[in-house]
Amino acid sequence: MMKKIIPATVLTAILFLVSAVYGASEMFKDYIYQPGTLKPIDSKPKLKVGDKAPDFALSSITGEKVSLSQYIGKKNVVISFVPAAWTPVCSDQWPGYNLVKDIFDQYDTTLLGITVDNIPTLYAWTRPMGDIWFPVLSDFWPHGKVAKKYGVLRSNGVSERALFVIDKKGIIRYIDVHDINKRPLLEDLVKELEKLKK
Amino acid sequence: MKKIPLFCLVIIAFFLTINLTVFAAGKPPEEGGTLPLIKLPVPESAGEKAYLGLKGKGSFTIPQIKADVVIIEIFSMYCPYCQNEAPRVNELYQAIEKDTELKNKIKIIGIGAGNTPFEVDVFRKKYQIPFPLFPDVDFSIHKVCGEVRTPYFIGIKINKDGTHEVIYSKLGTIQDAQQFLDLILKKSGLKKEG
Repeated sequence: MMKKIIPATVLTAILFLVSAVYGASEMFKDYIYQPGTLKPIDSKPKLKVGDKAPDFALSSITGEKVSLSQYIGKKNVVISFVPAAWTPVCSDQWPGYNLVKDIFDQYDTTLLGITVDNIPTLYAWTRPMGDIWFPVLSDFWPHGKVAKKYGVLRSNGVSERALFVIDKKGIIRYIDVHDINKRPLLEDLVKELEKLKK
Repeated sequence: MKKIPLFCLVIIAFFLTINLTVFAAGKPPEEGGTLPLIKLPVPESAGEKAYLGLKGKGSFTIPQIKADVVIIEIFSMYCPYCQNEAPRVNELYQAIEKDTELKNKIKIIGIGAGNTPFEVDVFRKKYQIPFPLFPDVDFSIHKVCGEVRTPYFIGIKINKDGTHEVIYSKLGTIQDAQQFLDLILKKSGLKKEG
């Protein structure tokens, strides 16, 4: 009993200390929905590093269809699945990537941002972020089909917060199915992009 | 009912106490009040150290900066408004630095809420920010400053006796660098009205 209580107590105590406020930009004012702390990961992996990345074609907020295969042989691809528009961490993550196009360019990589939201929602949510240099894709219908293919569809129908790095041959080189409550560190992704050059 | 071990009660009591003091989400600093205790690392860069009038290593508190007024920007690399605002804050820095009277009296620092050193560095390089930026990886500074939205600007006046007073504390962009500087000068008493 004591063995169980002590770690639980220490964990509770640590939780008191750890507090993160994402999506705090004044740009979003109080439009951000606060979902509270969620189960960190709620899906089972279907893919592993070394697998061929499943192809897909999704509509973007600019009206075009974007497929993974159109980049094969031309560019490395980072897929950033984020759970939902108008939520705290997601509202931070893409504006950060939007700032570092030069880093993606440096590693001859493009970024594809995917959520299960529909196009109008994605459009409204991303407009205030300014001109986004990477395609923002909707995996709305059939609902979460691509997220499911990549093994990152959660039981409530949103995707995980996940990053897939795919090389020019279409092979998955890195997977980070991240704690949904936290923003992945930019430097961790950059380290993986650096490895693509080797 | 089983007894909760004394050890666990002590841990809970300890962290609750800590939570209520150091780690509690404070209120945003109020004009006329003082800053919460914020410890920052003394910059390694000689230039930044000289700009802030600091010596040696270790940590410092903001009122230890050698200046009459310090402007603090709470920002995030991930905040689009902070990104848009960066050139204007640089203008503010330039307006201060080119004024020989103000140059040594007003200093600016930035605190990157939830940003790692790498992320702060990306922001610094992207916008060629000339004043010191400090990462707040675990949001601990952000928390004691009331978990404000970003960008958030705080101005403090440092008195000769080392005490200080918050003279400006507001959410949102500074709009116009010169107007903002005039406001800070007025509120700090560095420049009289009229």
